[in-house]
Parts: sequence; C-alpha cells; structure tokens
Amino acid sequence: MAEATASSKKVKFMITRQDGPDAAAYTEEFELPYRPGMNVISALMEIQRNPVNAKGEKIAPVCWESNCLEEVCGACSMVINGKPRQACAALIDKLEQPIRIQPMKTFPVVRDLVIDRSRMFTALKRVKAWIPIDGTYDLGPGPRMPEKKRQWAYELSKCMTCGVCLESCPNVNDKTDFIGPAAISQVRLFNSHPTGEMNKEERLEALMQDGGIEGCGNSQNCVRSCPKGIPLTTSIAEMNKQTTKHMFKQWLGV
Amino acid sequence: MKGYYARKLHSLLGVIPLALFFIEHALTNFGAFEGGPERFNAGVKLLNDLPLIFVLEWVLIYLPLIYHGVYGLYIAYQAKPNNGHFNYERNWRYLLQRITGVITFVYIIWHVFETRFQITLGNVTHEGLGSLMHDIVTQPVFFILYLIGVVSASFHFANGLWSFLVAWGITVGPRAQRVSSYVCMTLFVLVALMFILSLVAFRRAEFQEASVWIDTVKSVLS
Ligand code: HEM
Ligand code: SF4
Ligand code: FES
Repeated sequence: MAEATASSKKVKFMITRQDGPDAAAYTEEFELPYRPGMNVISALMEIQRNPVNAKGEKIAPVCWESNCLEEVCGACSMVINGKPRQACAALIDKLEQPIRIQPMKTFPVVRDLVIDRSRMFTALKRVKAWIPIDGTYDLGPGPRMPEKKRQWAYELSKCMTCGVCLESCPNVNDKTDFIGPAAISQVRLFNSHPTGEMNKEERLEALMQDGGIEGCGNSQNCVRSCPKGIPLTTSIAEMNKQTTKHMFKQWLGV
Repeated sequence: MKGYYARKLHSLLGVIPLALFFIEHALTNFGAFEGGPERFNAGVKLLNDLPLIFVLEWVLIYLPLIYHGVYGLYIAYQAKPNNGHFNYERNWRYLLQRITGVITFVYIIWHVFETRFQITLGNVTHEGLGSLMHDIVTQPVFFILYLIGVVSASFHFANGLWSFLVAWGITVGPRAQRVSSYVCMTLFVLVALMFILSLVAFRRAEFQEASVWIDTVKSVLS
C-alpha cells in the first residue's frame, strides 16, 4: 500500500511529439507519480523508464537531450508552458499543470523534443567567435585586459548557445535569415578581448552581411528570456554603434 | 544592395527626411487650430512658395516615402509576432510599429489622393485645401478614419525615433533606452494631440465659408 500513497499525487504532462524530422506533430498526455523536487528532465526520465501514456498504452519513450543537468550546457532547451527554457532547471513545483512541453520549433525538430541547433554554431563560425592565436612560433603573452572590462565581458561569456533567445525572437523565423541575438553578443565579447580586438573588423563585417545585425527589430524578448541574464540588447545596440562607425570609416577610407 | 545598407537607409530615411517632414506637417496643420483658415493658408502658402518645390517634394517626401514604405511592408511581412507568450511592453511596441506602419501606408495613399493629387488634377487649389478638409472630416466615417490614420502615423513616428536611436547605437544601455522610451512616448501623445486638434479645427464652420465659395466658382465655371 506504500506505493498507492506515494503515487496518490499525480503530475500531468501534455507533450508535443514528432516521430521524425518530417513526421506530423501530435500531443500525448502523461500522468506521473509526484516526487518532491522533481523537474522536467527527471519526469522525462520517468517516462523513459516506464513508457506508458495517460491512457495506459505502451508507447515509444519520449526523446530529449540533456547533459550537464545544472543549466550550463544548454542542451535541454524546450518550450515549457509556452516559455522556452532549460528543462533541467524547470521544477515541477513551480509549474502550472497540466505541464505543456513542446520542442523549440524555431529549429528543425529531429524527434520529439530533440532539436538541431546547428544554425547557431554556423552563426558563431560566420562571425568568427574565437581568438586566432595559432602561428608557427610562440608569440608570448598578449595584452592585459582591464579588470573592469573583464567583469562585464565575463557576463557575455556565459552564453551556452542554448537557443532560447532565438526561440523568443519574432524576427528569427523561416521568412528571414537573421542569425539571432546570441552570435551578435559574442562579437561584442570577442571584440572586447585585447587580443581578439586585433581582428575586430572581420567580425563587424560578418555582422554586416545579409542576415546579420540588420535583422534585429527591437522586440527585446531575447534579453527578457536569456537564462544567463546576458544583456543581449545592450550588446546589439553596442554592435549597431560599432558597425555604423565601421561603415563610415570604410566610406571615408580611414 | 546588401541587406545591411538597405536596412540602414530605410532607418535613416525614416528620420531624415520623413520624421522631420512629419513634424513640419503637424505644425502647419496645427495652424488651423491656432489661427483658423488664415493661419493654415499662410502655412500652406509658405511651403508652396519655396523655390524648386517640385524637386523638394519628390526628393524630400515621395521618394523617401516610397522606399521606406515599400521596404517597411517587407519588414512587417517578415515578422512572426509572439505577443501571446511574450507579453512584454517592448514586444507590443514591436508589433504596433509594424501594424501602424501598414495602416500609415494605406492611410497616406488615401490622404495624398484626396488632397495633393486633387491639386495636381486641378480639382482644387492650395487655398481650397482647408475647405476640402472641412468637407472630408465633417463626415463622421471619414473623421474616424482620419483619427485612426493620424494616431497610427504619430505612434509609428515616435516609436520609430526610439528604435532609430537603438539602430544607430545612440541609446545603448537599458537606462538610455528607458529614458528615450519616456521621451518618445511623450512625443507620441503630443504629436497625436496636435493632429487630432487640427482635425477638430477643420470641422469648424469657419473652414466651410471658403468651401461654399469654391462651389460657387465651380458652378459658375461648369
Ligand atoms: C508608408 C508606410 C510606412 C511603412 C509601411 C513603414 C514601415 C516601417 C517598419 C516596418 C518599421 C520597423 C523597422 C524595424 O524596427 O525593424 C519602420 C520604422 C520606422 N519608420 Fe516607418 N513606415 C512607413 C512610414 C513612415 C513614415 C511616414 C515615417 C515618418 C514619420 C516613418 C518613420 C519611421 C522611423 C523613424 C522608423 C525607425 C527606423 C529604425 O528603427 O531603424 N515611417 N517603418
Ligand atoms: S544568449 Fe542566453 S538565451 Fe541566447 S543562446 Fe546564449 S545563453 Fe541562451
Ligand atoms: S542539461 Fe545542460 S542546461 Fe539542462
């Protein structure tokens, strides 16, 4: 009878599923026994252990992605009760029921809640979000970074490419080729680094390509959604300033 | 043209010359409220007495308007609003900027057809504009449509200034953007009020006099 009391409290889920990239989406309901401190990932693990839907039918377990389980890797992003966020940090106690879970449809859906965030990594490559230091001999230490600058740059470096800011942006969709807020903020990060700054024009020019910074429409949803509290709109405005300056410099030939 | 420059030009034209013309237009019309037909006609005359007025109209108004308007429609089409799940003030202004842009587009075509284009056709003179407006806005349906038009255009103008300041990297941090929101939204209310009061002024009988006069001339001529 212990089991009956433990499972007397139920948690209801409505999960949007999809069997493959081109398959039609459908919603499936689940009822799981409540456990204190459970979150969306542990609920999905529960479904994996016992893949039975609310009607009692045995089904293929729901697929999802996760790694760190502490909101630093960004792999488990999904839309929970209408908001894109990390499933590993979504505590059941704090969610309204039934809990509706959907994949972040801004990205191609691979299966169920698994999405393909390749476009974000392509964007990082496009804006050259790294610091080139490779060479044939040791160049020695680079210039030092002022502590004050390091402090705000550190905040920008917390980006985990989770995709929440792209999902929240009304201008990232299939009618545009906008790279989204995350990569723009990374340009600000790498252009503020004393060594990275040496290649800043390349990154600014990448932002001035089609689908670059011009795609921003100032809805500012990104900054309100980023789980890392990254000041995305400040980064975008700052990059607006730097690309504008760069444009005039190019024209005037200075 | 590469997207970045096309978009920058759209943004620039929104302010120079369009927003500047918009303010000028608000002032001229407000003359109708402040000093009746005389004041309004003086404003209209002042503008039309400018040298090279034909060139000025095309370079400072029509061409920028066509570019900004058509490209603006495309930008509006590209949006995928999500205000249901992201119920934030800025997100609403994002959506309103696009909706008011589309309303303004339709409204401007109608408004220019009824006023400036009738001058081109020779159906009305610059001096007859006041009474023409009187005839339009004394019809309740048109009055309401004009109200919607001027309020939409005023919002689009003021909120556009706000986003222009972001797009050119002038207001960068959250505090600067907040202060500029207050300033721009105040500007919205003021400019919208000026246009509304002008419309109310055109409804006054003093603008009708001239209209009767025009009708007499028309009937004599025909
Ligand atoms: C003719 C119809 C018009 C349409 C369809 C239109 C459309 C748009 C759209 C969609 C935007 C948003 C761009 C963005 O935030 O990404 C915009 C911005 C703007 N519009 Fe218009 N617009 C029109 C007329 C006007 C007029 C008459 C004015 C001047 C009063 C104006 C001034 C502005 C300004 C200042 C901006 C902000 C520029 C920026 O943020 O980069 N627009 N317009
Ligand atoms: S900026 Fe924030 S929301 Fe966007 S990908 Fe990085 S961590 Fe996620
Ligand atoms: S599993 Fe890494 S963020 Fe959730």
